[in-house]
Amino acid sequence: MDFLRPASWEEALAVKAEHPSAVPIAGGTDVMVEINFGHRRPEYLMDLNRIGDLYAWEVGEDTVRLGAGVPYAHVMEHLRAELPGLALASHTVASPQIRNRGGVGGNLGTASPAGDAHPALLAAGAEVEAQSVRGTRMIPIDAFYTGVKRNALAPDELIRAVHVRKADGPQQYAKVGTRNAMVIAVCAFGLALHPATRTVRTGIGSAAPTPIRARAAEEFLTAALEEGGFWDNGRPVPPSVAGQFARLCSAACTPIDDVRGTAGYRRHAVGVLARRTLAWTWESYRGTARTAHRKGGAA
Amino acid sequence: MRVSFTVNGRRQEADDVWEGESLLYVLRERLGLPGSKNACEQGECGSCTVRLDGVPVCACLVAAGQAEGREILTVEGLADHARRRARGARARDGRPDPRTGEGTGLSPDPRTGEGAGLSPDPRTGEGTGLSPDPRTGEGTGLSPVQQAFVDAGAVQCGFCTPGLLVAADELLERHPDPTDADIREALSGNLCRCTGYEKIMDAVRLAAARQAGEA
Repeated sequence: MDFLRPASWEEALAVKAEHPSAVPIAGGTDVMVEINFGHRRPEYLMDLNRIGDLYAWEVGEDTVRLGAGVPYAHVMEHLRAELPGLALASHTVASPQIRNRGGVGGNLGTASPAGDAHPALLAAGAEVEAQSVRGTRMIPIDAFYTGVKRNALAPDELIRAVHVRKADGPQQYAKVGTRNAMVIAVCAFGLALHPATRTVRTGIGSAAPTPIRARAAEEFLTAALEEGGFWDNGRPVPPSVAGQFARLCSAACTPIDDVRGTAGYRRHAVGVLARRTLAWTWESYRGTARTAHRKGGAA
Repeated sequence: MRVSFTVNGRRQEADDVWEGESLLYVLRERLGLPGSKNACEQGECGSCTVRLDGVPVCACLVAAGQAEGREILTVEGLADHARRRARGARARDGRPDPRTGEGTGLSPDPRTGEGAGLSPDPRTGEGTGLSPDPRTGEGTGLSPVQQAFVDAGAVQCGFCTPGLLVAADELLERHPDPTDADIREALSGNLCRCTGYEKIMDAVRLAAARQAGEA
């Protein structure tokens, strides 16, 4: 094994081009586990800790450009207003020690269906900035997850940053596990209301081979909210609508039985989380945000 | 490969380090600092908690090469670290340490760890290895958090204790008056299979109360 220590991003891209088998390591919270247990013996280990650019973020007009190495602890602390769903998801990651090291870039690189950031990214809307010596690609988050622990990166590409849409309405994130810390999700659910476009988006974790959106559920709820005038009248979402949304979210899952839970349990639990997060976000929208987002309301 | 970094204020070099080796292995097996414990090797148990440039991390998940040039604080350096921090706090209150006059600077920056590791003090002999050794912790006495763990009966088998001490000390540095929820969250990555955690909670509350009493 060779330990490669590029001092700049350009150097890292050159190394990756020359050695496509090089495994990037930043927080090490996935890679080191595999090495410690002898599951992986990469030919080249490429340390990204020295590349300061990866640890910065920029808040733009519509998106936050989050450097791939920014640890979860910083997302929780500094980006709660702009990225509330991702901040909530970050807070559910493992423990303080892990949140001080691990970040969204590594979560995307590993692309586990149980990665905590994915449902929040799917619900908010995001693009992955992938770079190689050949250039830059912006990969829509919906197209990024291609299989169990597989993603759309080419062998010579590295994740430079993820561009996450800033919240334009309430967002929520919920995760099922045996305790609040140190839990790999049995299942997880992210929901974002987008009052600006009068749409909703979802993200589901640990209930399919990849993180997924529940598109039929999103379309149903978006249509039901529009038809009932709910964005304007701010009435509570009727139980029948919430129930159907939950059923459609469950139906989007293709889970498996494993040590953490059965497929049946996961399907059921995703429905429960969908209903709860809808109630939380909609209450928040009715309570505080509605006046700001209401179109043509009496001044 | 060779890895050079600072541990508990002293420059250290480790040779013949395997490229896939963890910082924890280097500390324990190459530098003779077995205070950080090796249990799960997957970041689940927190027994190997150290501070990397001031930030609590699991040493088992830091590749040895990633520690190059950085500052590590282990449980062996905790008492010395706490003493220097207390001096810094006294200095900020306009009370420089009467013995050394130290404490005119600031306490270590918890984000960058700057100021966490100092070279041996020529006046007091501290850190010279003649008497107390801040690297191994031998002869340096206990930090307030360590003393509180002893006094509260928070140590049973002791295996999880070093990681808990490092995590608890960092909490009290950042948050001198923590709520129970703050303590639970700060220690949520440290597993203890003996105590049921109640005595550990007592110990952190005790350390916080004593710290407040001194201020």
